[in-house]
Amino acid sequence: MTAVWVSADQERCISGGRCMAATSEVFDQDEDGLVVVLTPQVAPELEDRVRKAAYLCPSRAIRIGDGPSEG
Amino acid sequence: MNAPSTTANEDLFAYPQDRACPWQPSPGYQDLGRQGPLHRVRLWDGRWIWMVTGHSQARRLLADPRMSADRSRDDFPSVLPRLDAPIFKPIAIIGFDPPVHDVHRRLLAPDFSLKQVRAMRPHVEDLARRLVADMLREGPPVDLVEAYALPIPSMVISELLGVPYDDHEFFEAKTVGLLQAKSAEDAERAGRELWDYLDGLITRKEHEPGGAGVLSRLASEVDEDGDLTREDLLRIALALLIGGHDTTSQMIALGVVTLLEHPDQLAALRADPGVLPAAVDELLRLVSITDVSGVRVATEDIEIDGEVIRAGEGVLVSSSMTNRDSGVFPRPYEFDVHRTRGGNAASGRQHLTFGFGIHQCLGQNLARMELEVAFSILFEGIPDLRLGVPLEALPTRSGGTMQGVHTMPIEW
Ligand code: HEM
Ligand code: SF4
Repeated sequence: MTAVWVSADQERCISGGRCMAATSEVFDQDEDGLVVVLTPQVAPELEDRVRKAAYLCPSRAIRIGDGPSEG
Repeated sequence: MNAPSTTANEDLFAYPQDRACPWQPSPGYQDLGRQGPLHRVRLWDGRWIWMVTGHSQARRLLADPRMSADRSRDDFPSVLPRLDAPIFKPIAIIGFDPPVHDVHRRLLAPDFSLKQVRAMRPHVEDLARRLVADMLREGPPVDLVEAYALPIPSMVISELLGVPYDDHEFFEAKTVGLLQAKSAEDAERAGRELWDYLDGLITRKEHEPGGAGVLSRLASEVDEDGDLTREDLLRIALALLIGGHDTTSQMIALGVVTLLEHPDQLAALRADPGVLPAAVDELLRLVSITDVSGVRVATEDIEIDGEVIRAGEGVLVSSSMTNRDSGVFPRPYEFDVHRTRGGNAASGRQHLTFGFGIHQCLGQNLARMELEVAFSILFEGIPDLRLGVPLEALPTRSGGTMQGVHTMPIEW
């Protein structure tokens, strides 16, 4: 089974916190309110909710891929 | 090119139209929604714009960088006469495109983050309890808007900004004057009074640095050659003061009406306080208090669903109708506090009541928290609350897009 990786782009983030509200195990907000990914490699049981967080993100700041991202 | 002769548009659906039920979109919009996701509607000035009722189309358009929110553009549609008032052009943050939008939004983001809002919650709970105690002491009938729905968001935003709450009667009245004005002149007059008031307030903050609130912090960051001029700060203050209390207070009022008219849902909420966050999002979806998720103008031709939105054409995304797209929300006209349960854990939260894309509501975390506190403490403190007049007799707002009631008599 291939693991899913998630990354988030602080440049795009508008700090609404939808990701953190959907999946606080994976997403957090820093002092400026910007998204922080706590665990880039997503536990299989959280994958569904991480995909939902990506869908809810209004600024398309969350990327899901099959390997660790550069940024 | 964009305002073809009025006669050619006379056959088009006239926008906006009043609701027949406080929590359901106007019957005319419901008809439109059944016909497809994109429609042409006619505005008060004879111009036509696109009205979007489909959820996926709305998400796509609101996230598209070719759609401009710049209120100062000549081709930006004026949905209501009052929006022609110079004070709205430009209105801070919401009426700017990147890069200015992003710079200003980032200045404010820390104060509106989920964590910040969670830290404010106990304080808002105390406030709500005090207001309930006051209502109980006064005895029925009470106007819920004046005694509860308005003071909560009004006190919260004044504290957050550092605006003296003692001035609340003034800024509440002027905000209503600005937002409910029937003409550009009336809106401008109310808006200017608020402007002058904030101007004086910011001057005081400049003389007394280190004060509490967002405006004090920003006053120390003003730089005429930098990212935040003094005029920017005034416009931001105005946008936050206006945006921060009317929407939320009317959502409290109509949320309470909706709960009272659905006793089974109110009982479900009471039986399990864990349902509260989902119930608040379901109420936000259903009531769609602003009725609109966003207004834009296309800066290039955009193809969508076999239609072409031409450069210069206006677009209005309907929140009340996109929130009832049956492809996303099963039984969309039903109020169901358990909607988020079951297969799709996000289904209740995908509503577009706070918009979508880079302009999605800055105050949404604050608003959700205030609503959770307001509903739970009200029904806890006054369990046998009921409307003091029949539903049909509630004095509802008319003629605009922002929904609400002028007063809301309650008894117990
Ligand atoms: C139930 C309450 C509220 C509703 C339904 C609501 C709705 C909305 C909507 C639909 C937008 C997007 C408009 C667009 O894209 O053109 C928006 C933006 C905004 N809202 Fe709210 N709002 C609420 C409460 C608040 C509060 C409490 C504040 C606090 C100050 C606030 C401040 C703002 C600001 C500053 C923007 C502009 C954001 C941007 O352009 O980046 N709102 N709101
Ligand atoms: S949902 Fe998107 S925009 Fe909002 S905080 Fe998370 S990453 Fe940022």
